[in-house]
Amino acid sequence: MLGQQLINGFTIGSIYALIALGLTMVYGVLKILHIAHAGVYAMGAYIGLWVYRLVPNLFLAMLAAMFLSGVAGILIERFLYKSMLDKSRIVPLIASIGLFIAMEETFRIIAGPYVKAFSVHFRQKPWILGSARISAPQMLVFGVTIVLLVLLWWVITRTRMGKALRAVSMDREMADALGVATEKIILLSFFISSALAGAAGVLVGVFYNSVYPTMGDIPAYKALAIIVLGGMGSIPGTILGAFLIGISETFLIGYVNVPLPRDALAFIVMIAVLMFRPYGLLGKE
Amino acid sequence: MSAYIVTVSITIGIYVILAISLNIITGYAGQISLGHAAFFGIGAYASGMLATRVGAPFFVCLPFAVVVTGIVGAILGIPCLRVREDFLAITTMGINFVVQAVFLYVPFFGGALGISNIPVPSIHGSDMTKPEYLIMVLLFILLSILVDGWLTRSWTGLALSAIREDETAAEMSGVNLTRFKVIAFVLGSAMAGLAGSLYAHFMSFISATDFGFAESIVILSMVVFGGIGTLRGPIIGAIVLGVAPELFRPILNYRTLLYGVMLVVLMRFQPQGLLGIDSFVTRTLKRLWKKETRGYEPAA
Repeated sequence: MLGQQLINGFTIGSIYALIALGLTMVYGVLKILHIAHAGVYAMGAYIGLWVYRLVPNLFLAMLAAMFLSGVAGILIERFLYKSMLDKSRIVPLIASIGLFIAMEETFRIIAGPYVKAFSVHFRQKPWILGSARISAPQMLVFGVTIVLLVLLWWVITRTRMGKALRAVSMDREMADALGVATEKIILLSFFISSALAGAAGVLVGVFYNSVYPTMGDIPAYKALAIIVLGGMGSIPGTILGAFLIGISETFLIGYVNVPLPRDALAFIVMIAVLMFRPYGLLGKE
Repeated sequence: MSAYIVTVSITIGIYVILAISLNIITGYAGQISLGHAAFFGIGAYASGMLATRVGAPFFVCLPFAVVVTGIVGAILGIPCLRVREDFLAITTMGINFVVQAVFLYVPFFGGALGISNIPVPSIHGSDMTKPEYLIMVLLFILLSILVDGWLTRSWTGLALSAIREDETAAEMSGVNLTRFKVIAFVLGSAMAGLAGSLYAHFMSFISATDFGFAESIVILSMVVFGGIGTLRGPIIGAIVLGVAPELFRPILNYRTLLYGVMLVVLMRFQPQGLLGIDSFVTRTLKRLWKKETRGYEPAA
């Protein structure tokens, strides 16, 4: 029972991590609360489903979803956020909320309001570890998350591009003055973060066997709670926050009979942490 | 006036009060709040519960709701003092979710069933009609405008704009951050409580789902859409965004899409809001106004 809860918690935590990482990267470079990120995530799920129905190859569907979501991210930065960087921070926030609403409505109008099944047949048998079992979709979630996280870690810490990205996220103006191509780096970080969101969308679609227009609603605010918990802009903090929230949700609901819904729990954890660390777990002032 | 127009006007009137109240916290004091609907809900529940459980008349429930919401605003404002900027925005959002969950899951607040049969206020021994209710809402809007006007002309208003422009500089100049932030939170929350009370007695049924995060976004959009930091802005924003869904009723399927697109387009091209400081509309109006006055100027 304990092992099973832990595995379920890690599964949810992995999905949260993929969504929240993109949000934290965007926050790192632009200092924007990118609510429409959850719209990109839902878009990824729809693209994945669409490609999968044309060509029943999950790998291909995932790649297509990641690439097109990444392109969408670039377009959002180019046509929306770029002109708002010198404005009060509430301006991009409201624009982002408006874009999120418009995206959800577009999905509803194009694909219909009902839940679409994303059924993938796995030949892989579940692994049995003592009393716990890891199902094939869970393996997929773990596998993809680990691969993407390692890849991201490699890009950020081991390449010139990653160095530039870290520089921009520390101080955009200073990086610009020192000759970093900030424009390119900002677009790159939007591409990477939106691609991660697209991958998360496909994983959630397969894992719950459902894709629907409002599937971004819960990630939209929960990912915000996670990045605040981790310390806005901090990548290790975000991963820590995602797993902390995923696991504590599963445990509190599985063991303690808390009379509060999942979503409120995430925020109670967040507010409690903020009282002691006003800049999040791993955040800096 | 048809009953439909009166009903829509009352709803928009309540939104006008909400927008004015949020503008005090976010527009004047610069503290972004993504959880204003929580205070709207607290006011509605306080008023509705006092009326249905104790049987108090409306004109007792309303001040009660205002006081309770003001006090809760001060208490919930305390965690908000610890955090700044975007952390604050997310904290207020969290408060909204927690307050909503408490209403939904604690049996004392009626749980999922909410509070029903909230009586219509009565005057001279008979129930208020809808047009009478509308007049009362308009009077409360007037009151909110007066409070807003007093605030912007007082030292408190000056301190709040100092905090909005630069918190550190304000503190260095001797502005007591804690004191004035709490004042803004209490004033804004209490006014939202007033709106909540008006809403509860108008709808006669309230439940936790009416006061969620989406509602907070609607109120914030109104403030920003009209022009944050001015008095005219939130009022116009509430009216335009309140009327728009009614106008879009014939194209029901695209209504919400248009709402989203409107927000994006306005923020992209008019980030000050429709009637904000130095927006396109304000500048044009000013130019027209000047031309007219110049015409009447006596020749020098």
